[in-house]
Amino acid sequence: MARLTKLQMSSLPDAVLDRRQAVPALIERPADFLIVAGLAGTAQELSALTSESPGVFGLGGAMGAALMMGLGLALAQPRRRVLTVTGDGELLMSVGALATIALQNPPNLSIICVDNGHYGETGNQDSHTGLGVRLDVIAAGSGIPVVHRIDSEADLDEGRRLLREGTALSFILLRVKEGPPNRIKRNLVPHVERDRFRTALLG
Amino acid sequence: MAETDWPNALYDLLRANNITQFGYVPDAGHKVLIDRSLADPDAYSIPLTTEEEGVALAAGADLGGQRAVLLMQSSGVGNCINLLSLTAGCRFPLLTLISMRGDFGEGNAWQFAMGQAVEPVMKAMGVVVLRADSPADVVPTVSAAITMTFQSGQAVAVLLGQRLIGAKKF
Repeated sequence: MARLTKLQMSSLPDAVLDRRQAVPALIERPADFLIVAGLAGTAQELSALTSESPGVFGLGGAMGAALMMGLGLALAQPRRRVLTVTGDGELLMSVGALATIALQNPPNLSIICVDNGHYGETGNQDSHTGLGVRLDVIAAGSGIPVVHRIDSEADLDEGRRLLREGTALSFILLRVKEGPPNRIKRNLVPHVERDRFRTALLG
Repeated sequence: MAETDWPNALYDLLRANNITQFGYVPDAGHKVLIDRSLADPDAYSIPLTTEEEGVALAAGADLGGQRAVLLMQSSGVGNCINLLSLTAGCRFPLLTLISMRGDFGEGNAWQFAMGQAVEPVMKAMGVVVLRADSPADVVPTVSAAITMTFQSGQAVAVLLGQRLIGAKKF
């Protein structure tokens, strides 16, 4: 029987946080940010957290797009703080984008990876991070100047501070247990998503 | 000027139309555009690790009220296919300039499969395809593409043919 062995490089403690509390605790007031939320759990929980605020662009497809959408938005809106919030599976599809973003180095952008180590939408298979791949190390090696890992409640304060007072591009790895995100029934018509985000931001 | 120095005229055209985010995968056919963007303090010069990054970049730029262009070679078109569903579904404007390989006079057989597939693949994903094959074609064709993209909200690819940019020598 084929098996995937957990990589020996990993010595992180087991994830203990529940994303249903940890994501709202980290972001606190989402209205303070422009937010791109990746497929799928993070788009669901950001929609739920904001009751579908037009300040959140939530992806319902196009897996792998979130990081670069966040970059384009951050460059276009240098006076606003931009968050890209996405999962480990979605981020793994665009790891090279971390290098692309590091070269641009927009100080108003933070990337939050909600890492549950699993593909929650497709049958809960182990993801590469669940088997030991370290996205925080990859982010640092890509040249993201500020990288912070949240393993427990005690690490949340520094994450909150970085999002609000940080003066450099940052990557926050929020490690959470397996389990469903908060969710509400949300809009899945893509062009409505674009139009309402742009109208709210640009008039 | 536009005929003999079409790459510089093309850069000036893009900037005159407020395109500020230049996403690209390095390519000899786009060398002047890339170098000009690197030297331009009012533009973002954004080297990508893979072409699909540029599709998402352009979408993010549009969300924030800026204009982007994606510069790539024909071989990169295949890398973009699924992310073009983002462009189509959300009706994001997308302008991409594609330097062709596997085209007029190509001497490397590896380039043909993707080069010849560019047009049908782009059309299958809802992208309007225009083509420039002579220096005099470039500025009028890209100018038309800019209107179609940013005024009419379409996704438009302009193929810069090998007859224009020259077949690579082997």
